Amino acid sequence: MIKSVKTTLFYLGVILICLIPVFVFLWMFMTGLKSQADNLSIPPKLIFSPTFANFKDVFGQGNFFNYLLNSTIVATFSVVIALLFGLPAAYGIAKYRMQKIGLALLVARMVPFISYLIPWFIVFRSLGLIDTYIALITTHLIITLPFVIWIMVNFFEGVPASLEEAARVDGCTTFQAFTRILIPVVRNGIFTAAVLSFIFSWNQFLFSLILSGNNTMTVPVAVFQFISYDEINWGGLAAAASVITIPPLVMTVFIQKYMIKGLTSGAVKG
Amino acid sequence: METKTKYVFTLPALVLIGIIVMFPIVYNLFMSMNTWYVASGKGLEWVGIKNYLNLLSDKRFLNSLIVTFLFSLGALVFEVVLGTSLALFLNREFRGKNLVKLIFLFPIAATPVAVSLIWGMMYNYDLGIINIMLQNIGLKPLLWLASPKLVIPALIITDTWQWTPLILLIVLANLESLPTDPFESAKVDGANIMQVIFHITIPMIRPAIVVAAMIRSIDAIKTFDMIYVMTQGGPDIASENLNLYIFQTGFSYFRMGTASALAIVLFAIVLAFNVFLSIIRKSGERL
Repeated sequence: MIKSVKTTLFYLGVILICLIPVFVFLWMFMTGLKSQADNLSIPPKLIFSPTFANFKDVFGQGNFFNYLLNSTIVATFSVVIALLFGLPAAYGIAKYRMQKIGLALLVARMVPFISYLIPWFIVFRSLGLIDTYIALITTHLIITLPFVIWIMVNFFEGVPASLEEAARVDGCTTFQAFTRILIPVVRNGIFTAAVLSFIFSWNQFLFSLILSGNNTMTVPVAVFQFISYDEINWGGLAAAASVITIPPLVMTVFIQKYMIKGLTSGAVKG
Repeated sequence: METKTKYVFTLPALVLIGIIVMFPIVYNLFMSMNTWYVASGKGLEWVGIKNYLNLLSDKRFLNSLIVTFLFSLGALVFEVVLGTSLALFLNREFRGKNLVKLIFLFPIAATPVAVSLIWGMMYNYDLGIINIMLQNIGLKPLLWLASPKLVIPALIITDTWQWTPLILLIVLANLESLPTDPFESAKVDGANIMQVIFHITIPMIRPAIVVAAMIRSIDAIKTFDMIYVMTQGGPDIASENLNLYIFQTGFSYFRMGTASALAIVLFAIVLAFNVFLSIIRKSGERL
């Protein structure tokens, strides 16, 4: 009896705790689905007839679809280039125990983004590359490349050395062992690194705020611009906020198992 | 031969990092000893450490240091205490545990600009849900982001909302990996739950808590998106932390030399704090 009361109280506690993160997202989606009149009513309506008008407006007006495309292009390239360079590097660092590089990358992470932004702004401005994908991808790589290396060093270190030795005995070169044996073994790590890097790039605000323009504007910057134009249109703002938040949330579901391991790698050893 | 393969794998990434990461750091250091107004059309002018010396008498810089300190310390303390407590609470087998963990990953992954935008609405004086709830329980509505006194607490609340889950999940993962023997023998010895938590559990998870605090502090001290979207440093400069001040100096006033010097100071603060935390962590390991 006492045990079942305790269990019930525990579950009540769990639900209450979970309501705190859930509430904010729920409120965001609800505000996006309400008409302007419903959003302005006091007390707020819990029951309302949902309308997709705000979402239609977001995609209808301006270039929101282009902004989504820009974010996707920048994030995809930042991830693919980071993997191409980062995977072999992480393997080398893990195999040859080049730990100082890992430490250097950790220190680089402590450098404020703005320290990277000022020099790159000056360079891109003099080259006439402001508002190009090159400027955005280059700066987003500052985040994604070290991150891919950190995660993958962790995963490569977890692979038993005997696996690679066996491949070498079978006549594989180091490079073949890397591409044919090791890469498949660490695919969960690669997937986690790719998804987290994508989310970081997708969420990036500061670099894009300065380096993008009408042609390359990414969604966080676009949504921020909406705020300045339209402070009162809560439905529209919340709908736009929902649209940019949904992709990272959905991706989280797929990397749930490794996400915390991914987010903490790099700092754990330093 | 070994050395050669070693660099075949690492060199491309190291060269790329050299260009995109190291070059700006060095350039930033160099810029911090120059004066350059982008708009003036004149070139760089070497001024040595003058940019740094000027900061000593810059009231807005001192203000930004205080804001940075109050905001990051407040957020860090709340996040570590709450995150650890919740992790201790959730540390048992129960149905739906994976779903609970997933729910706590959502704030971490959510776009900061979107989250800040929503919190900005929730803090709205007339229509915000927070003031409506306050009034429902018989309290007076508060100005929140518009009040110089409440703006930092409000930002801390939002930051705590978004980042407590990170601490929670790191600590919980550590708790789940602990060996069970010490707990069983403590039970046999008749220790009560509080004794177990404070004398066995917390000392065992202390390294994980410190690592979580390190990871969080790196980003908390450098917070930009949230404050920029919610207050732009206002009212006046009441919530302008160092990173926002650097941004304004560099990209509103285009004083790149001063902004670079400020950025170096910000980096030094983050580095110093992390060295401090890693000393704590290492001293803990020896105990």
